[in-house]
Amino acid sequence: MSDYNFAYLDEQTKRMIRRAILKGLAVPGYQVPFASREMPMPYGWGTGGVQVSAATLTPEDTFKVIDQGADDTTNAVSIRKFFERTAGVATTEETEKASVIQTRHRIPEAELTEDQILVYQVPIPEPLRFLEPRETETRKMHALQEYGLMHVKLYEDISQHGAIATSYAYPVKVSDRYVMDPSPIPKFDNPKMEMAAIQLFGAGREQRIYAVPPYTSVVSLDFEDYPFEASKADHPCDLCAAEDSYLDEVILDDAGNRMFVCSDTDYCRSRREAGHVGRLGEEAAA
Amino acid sequence: MTPLLQVKDVAKMYGARIGCTDVSFDLYPGEVMGIVGESGSGKSTLLNCLAGHLAPDRGEVVFDTRAEGPVDTVTMSEPARRMLGRTDWAFVHQHARDGLRMSVSAGGNIGERLMAVGDRHYGDIRARAADWLGRVEISDARIDDRPSAFSGGMQQRLQIARNLVTGPRLVFMDEPTGGLDVSVQARLLDLVRGLVREMGLSAIIVTHDLAVVRLLADRLMVMKDGHVVETGLTDQVLDDPQHGYTQLLVSSVLQV
Repeated sequence: MSDYNFAYLDEQTKRMIRRAILKGLAVPGYQVPFASREMPMPYGWGTGGVQVSAATLTPEDTFKVIDQGADDTTNAVSIRKFFERTAGVATTEETEKASVIQTRHRIPEAELTEDQILVYQVPIPEPLRFLEPRETETRKMHALQEYGLMHVKLYEDISQHGAIATSYAYPVKVSDRYVMDPSPIPKFDNPKMEMAAIQLFGAGREQRIYAVPPYTSVVSLDFEDYPFEASKADHPCDLCAAEDSYLDEVILDDAGNRMFVCSDTDYCRSRREAGHVGRLGEEAAA
Repeated sequence: MTPLLQVKDVAKMYGARIGCTDVSFDLYPGEVMGIVGESGSGKSTLLNCLAGHLAPDRGEVVFDTRAEGPVDTVTMSEPARRMLGRTDWAFVHQHARDGLRMSVSAGGNIGERLMAVGDRHYGDIRARAADWLGRVEISDARIDDRPSAFSGGMQQRLQIARNLVTGPRLVFMDEPTGGLDVSVQARLLDLVRGLVREMGLSAIIVTHDLAVVRLLADRLMVMKDGHVVETGLTDQVLDDPQHGYTQLLVSSVLQV
């Protein structure tokens, strides 16, 4: 550090983004347009989330990045490095110690507190996009709360699959007003969205920011006779034996062997350190 | 009796050109009104003004709403007008593709209006979709097929089912039989006539096909160059046309 301005973006840009964030917090679930900047990474790699994080970070913050729950995948590592270099902030892998957490496709298992901010990377912010391609029309539908179409998608799911097969990016209604795309988090995480932390959503390519303030109602859409279900693989974690965490399935060999592990690596590590051992935990440690 | 729809001096201009002008009529519950005229005579413009798709430059379109009685739909708020468009009004497009969601199954197409007015019970929605498929003579084995797998006549019948499922009181139809061959036309007309009588619907049907209005319409309005040139009972107008253009129109029909 530091030939860069703090957190890479110039102060005017951060000011512009902060205004969009504040507007988003004032109107929960409403997609606020903002002048998204070109970032030194490709679209789809979290350019929206990075800009929101850059505008949110202060030099005192501790920063954590997860990708599908993991701290050690390419996307997470490169964004963490990016802010270590351009902002010089402290980084951590422990959920409890972080004050700003940028995430791709997961909410951490550990409960977040009022002192934390969760920043989501969003590919397509418009929940109605694949049902109604016209932006003018979807904006009008949001304005007039015409959300019948969202249920048409769920209807199609049930008629084709016998159950609501949408398992990620499951549409929610925020504060009983706006229907919102929660970004591609598994629907297992949807109930966690009524949380104490501030949730910010950034979509760089689509140039939209939206937000859910703390303790705001977030209701997953469903039918009376097909209620919403937060589903996960019906297994304990093979490393830490956790029964309550979201699991990834890992293929082990060609003979059909597989294992289920927590997608939240920090949660799994802390449990193993506390002495919990799963079915394959001994081998992994060895 | 209060008219269901009162149209008062409606006019729509496209710059200096006339779309339609000086149109006034009353439509009573259960009545079917036909609008005929050549291409470019302003009949589709008029229909779109009445259905709220276009804003007329002048005039009133007063609809007798269930809750508040007669209300001018031109000046009412947009949410209220769009709500009418989903509940008490129905619009059948000439091309079924314009009125259907081609990537959504037949059941989903019919269910959309139900879900738009707040129906949230999958079993009920599906049962009513199946019921309506039956009423428009589509086998309910095809409830999960997409409209793109349907023939033109079936698509048009599906569009009608999708529109009538919420029990509207006024149906706008824009050339509902256009582009269909004659035997399919005949079946569709038979179906529409049955539904109109059975449900006590009022309808405004725009067409250039005199046979369609002869079968369906109680009253007829003939348009030319944006003006209404003749109105009256359908049989009266077709059997004893007074205006020169109407005489031309009636004599232009090919006899087989």
